[in-house]
Amino acid sequence: MSDRGHLKKTAHLAEVPASWEAGPRGARPRRLLSTRTIVVYGTLFVAAAYYLLPLYVMIVTSLKGMPEIRLGNIFAPPLEITFEPWVKAWSSACTGLNCDGLSRGFWNSVMITVPSTIISIAIASINGYALSNWRFKGADIFFTILIVGAFIPYQVMLYPIVIVLREIGLYGSLSGLVIVHTIFGMPILTLLFRNYFAGLPEELFKAARVDGAGFWGIYFKIMVPMSLPIFVVAMILQVTGIWNDFLFGVVFTRPEYYPMTVQLNNIVNSVQGVKEYNVNMAATILTGAVPLLVYFVSGRLFVRGIAAGAVKG
Amino acid sequence: MSSNARAGRPSRLTRNLSAKIASVPMMLTAVVIFLGGTLWTVIYSFTSSKLLPRLKFVGLDQYERLWSAPRWLVSIENLAIYGIFSLIFSMVIGFVLAALMDQKIRFENTFRTIFLYPFALSFIVTGLVWQWLLNPEHGIQSVVRAMGWAGFEFDPLYNSSIVIYGILIAALWQGTGLVMCLMLAGLRGIDEDIWKASRVDGIPMWKTYLFVVIPMMRPVFVTTLVIIASGIVRVYDLVVAQTSGGPGIASEVPAKYVYDYMFQAQNLGQGFAASTMMLITVAIIIVPWAYLEFGGGRKRV
Repeated sequence: MSDRGHLKKTAHLAEVPASWEAGPRGARPRRLLSTRTIVVYGTLFVAAAYYLLPLYVMIVTSLKGMPEIRLGNIFAPPLEITFEPWVKAWSSACTGLNCDGLSRGFWNSVMITVPSTIISIAIASINGYALSNWRFKGADIFFTILIVGAFIPYQVMLYPIVIVLREIGLYGSLSGLVIVHTIFGMPILTLLFRNYFAGLPEELFKAARVDGAGFWGIYFKIMVPMSLPIFVVAMILQVTGIWNDFLFGVVFTRPEYYPMTVQLNNIVNSVQGVKEYNVNMAATILTGAVPLLVYFVSGRLFVRGIAAGAVKG
Repeated sequence: MSSNARAGRPSRLTRNLSAKIASVPMMLTAVVIFLGGTLWTVIYSFTSSKLLPRLKFVGLDQYERLWSAPRWLVSIENLAIYGIFSLIFSMVIGFVLAALMDQKIRFENTFRTIFLYPFALSFIVTGLVWQWLLNPEHGIQSVVRAMGWAGFEFDPLYNSSIVIYGILIAALWQGTGLVMCLMLAGLRGIDEDIWKASRVDGIPMWKTYLFVVIPMMRPVFVTTLVIIASGIVRVYDLVVAQTSGGPGIASEVPAKYVYDYMFQAQNLGQGFAASTMMLITVAIIIVPWAYLEFGGGRKRV
């Protein structure tokens, strides 16, 4: 029963964007410029300014030259636009170890994110499918452990994973990190897929069974084609989550494989040399660009993804 | 369980073999990593492991050392301050924004996009942006001073007594959008009739919110609370990016203590003990919630 409750909760949160059209509540504004309207919009605009300010400052800082930054104020638009900081951030900023900029981190992150996303979604969707349609004895126990495990702080499991990876010879490599992302993505993704599959009409499943389709046949021919939206949601969740990861990257890879976030932190917080704030901000924008792009392109699906992710915590 | 689950359940063991094979990664993860890994760490927290894990039990030694280490005490204090304030502020700000968004406003989508975009960014990016904004020589402080208020002081990242609030500002910037979204979903779940009834009775809007709507949104608040709280215990990247724990040890947090002792100071026992304390903290938050939500003899339908 609790599973049903969970399902409902997820479904409810997942419907957030769609139901927004249906109904803001509260009293209808009477005049266009009543005090209430002014207060509501005034507060919202101030809040929006607060949220936008850091993005704005990031962008203007990255387009200024260092002399201008030293003299001027951070909110002023650049007098003279220069793209040099961007070039330097990408190709020649120093991390203390090497001086080839963020590009190395970017490609590492791509090599981490792409396989991690594909593998974790493949495994989790099959898990969810098995859990909702092919339940076997004991399956719920594993699932419960998985969900409870999602709340355990990562720090508790870090060292045991280091030992396991070292035993199988993958500690420090990119494949090791892909495994780690697959493991920690599993609880939320499995929950997501299990609830989605449980919500599909069971007649479909029964009919396919009668027609003689087996476990894999039903999965590939019925479940996957019918669940493309949830695959997209899972993808958004994983791409942003894995791209933004810092802890696993720093623990489980060698410096030459550091993902972009780690590389960025090493560039900006490196103690040697003069601080080049414009290069730092350009590097920061570059690192944030991928998840931001995913966010702006996916819009409502992103909200759905984080609402689903939020249920897990 | 659900009926469609029963429909697919075969009677014999072998017929479900594919499902079992397909679930092997899940079983391994659940048993070996989540269960086994956690037990392993807890057990080894009672040993004197230094560079390598060794099963030489020393009782509660590691915990005694932990709780007498100034750095750990600072970490715990910071976590408490950060936790309490970020809970209060993100709940209040998130709810107020959601309530404002719920007033039949124009450009609702635009506002939501703006409030939520920081959530898509990593903590590293967030930390570095705010490190720059709070830079005393060039950031907000210098701008306000240049406007004529020469004595203005706002340099949380360089002042050890308020550094944790500097981190809090960044964390709130990143996380309140999510709270707003969850709260807005909750508000949209309130029956329109409630609003009609309170309007008919002439109850002021703020009173309706305070005494009718908020009590009705209890489940949303509880879920949000659990989400924020388990995120708070994990806070790590943000501190690393923004202050690296400084000035001195003023902005250390437990997750960073664990990492530093495990992977830099080669003092595994301390790392294990500290991470076990983190586990206990999470358990204190999660167990009562899980009990209320799923257990306690009350079945949810």
